[in-house]
Amino acid sequence: MSNEFVVELDPPVGDRDHFLGSPSAPVTLVEYGDFECLPCSQAYPVIRDIRESLGDRLRLVFRNFPLSTVHPHAQHAAEAAEAAGGQRRFWQMHDALFEQQRQLSDRHLRLYASQSGLDMDRFNREMAGHAWAPAVREHFLGGVRSAVSGTPTFFINGVQYVGLIDVLSLRMAIEDAA
Amino acid sequence: METRSQFMRTFLPHLREDLAAHAQASSDPGEGWFVPIGGRLLPAPPAPIPSRVVDVISRSSGTVRVGEKAPPFTLRTTPDQSVSLDDFVGDPIVLAFYPADWSPVCSDQMVLYNELLPEFAEHNAVILGISVDNVWCHQAFSRDRMLSFPLLADFEPKGTVARAYGVYREKDGLCERALFLLDPEGILRWTYVSPIGVNPGAAGILRALESLRAARRAAA
Repeated sequence: MSNEFVVELDPPVGDRDHFLGSPSAPVTLVEYGDFECLPCSQAYPVIRDIRESLGDRLRLVFRNFPLSTVHPHAQHAAEAAEAAGGQRRFWQMHDALFEQQRQLSDRHLRLYASQSGLDMDRFNREMAGHAWAPAVREHFLGGVRSAVSGTPTFFINGVQYVGLIDVLSLRMAIEDAA
Repeated sequence: METRSQFMRTFLPHLREDLAAHAQASSDPGEGWFVPIGGRLLPAPPAPIPSRVVDVISRSSGTVRVGEKAPPFTLRTTPDQSVSLDDFVGDPIVLAFYPADWSPVCSDQMVLYNELLPEFAEHNAVILGISVDNVWCHQAFSRDRMLSFPLLADFEPKGTVARAYGVYREKDGLCERALFLLDPEGILRWTYVSPIGVNPGAAGILRALESLRAARRAAA
């Protein structure tokens, strides 16, 4: 029986991912994150700074890794982000969730959805039916298979990043991969 | 550019060595056995870090071998309940030895396994966490983290089961961060000993469960 661990990103980045940045960017940074995880919200401005400074050289992908056992709102928040993604507003919702991480009740999720300009009938229907729960679970299990064990975990061009989550360290690793 | 390559050449290997060193040489539980997440280090992935994936684990009094019967045991899981390995004959069993309740890496690890209970259930697999903490400590930890699988207390005589599985750290008085997969007949099929400060995640367990299922289907 094989003892090898998966180290590279599986599944690789594909059409079903949420992208931010140029499709021709030499580096793709994938984040596995949880909207209720404090280190993830601390990483959020770091990633924003790096995106701003690297411009077209970086493409960002976000995948959900909600740890509902310890973060009671994480699953719904992830579903809300995916629902927004279904209406092409994923990143607006992503930003709203990280910027207001302490307020993630269903009422707040509806507020952010509305502020993101979503069709609220559709959003409410999809949230009530957990239409996006399978997609969130697929992200989670892909993360588990890629040796993600906590959040945030980053992959730079498909290889897991080990190191500090600050602008300097992460940017250096990204530039090295370019 | 030079700074970058210097960073990659010097810092990252050191970081990895440091993490691995926790497993090899830690004698100070206060610092040695968890990755300092508060210091903004990520939980590290298991693969790039030297670790011990072996077919024979032999240390202190115990030796276990892949392909042989796993040592039987009965341990308390709550103040008034015990669990025996025999209770689960007929199902694959995942044993997750971990150093201590409450430490950051352990709790991340147990929370991850809790999230994966549906996937373990698909394999009819049972997961049991084991540490040298006592039942009251387990109970508090389990309630705090909302864990829905049993934590077993290898508490008195301390570390008996960990010793039998060859994963007791005499000098620390803790067990290793070690995973074992037993097949439905109680035969040990897969082991992994992680650097003690590194969350091994669940990729290995899931792959081992899939391999076990495939092997049994092929044999059937």
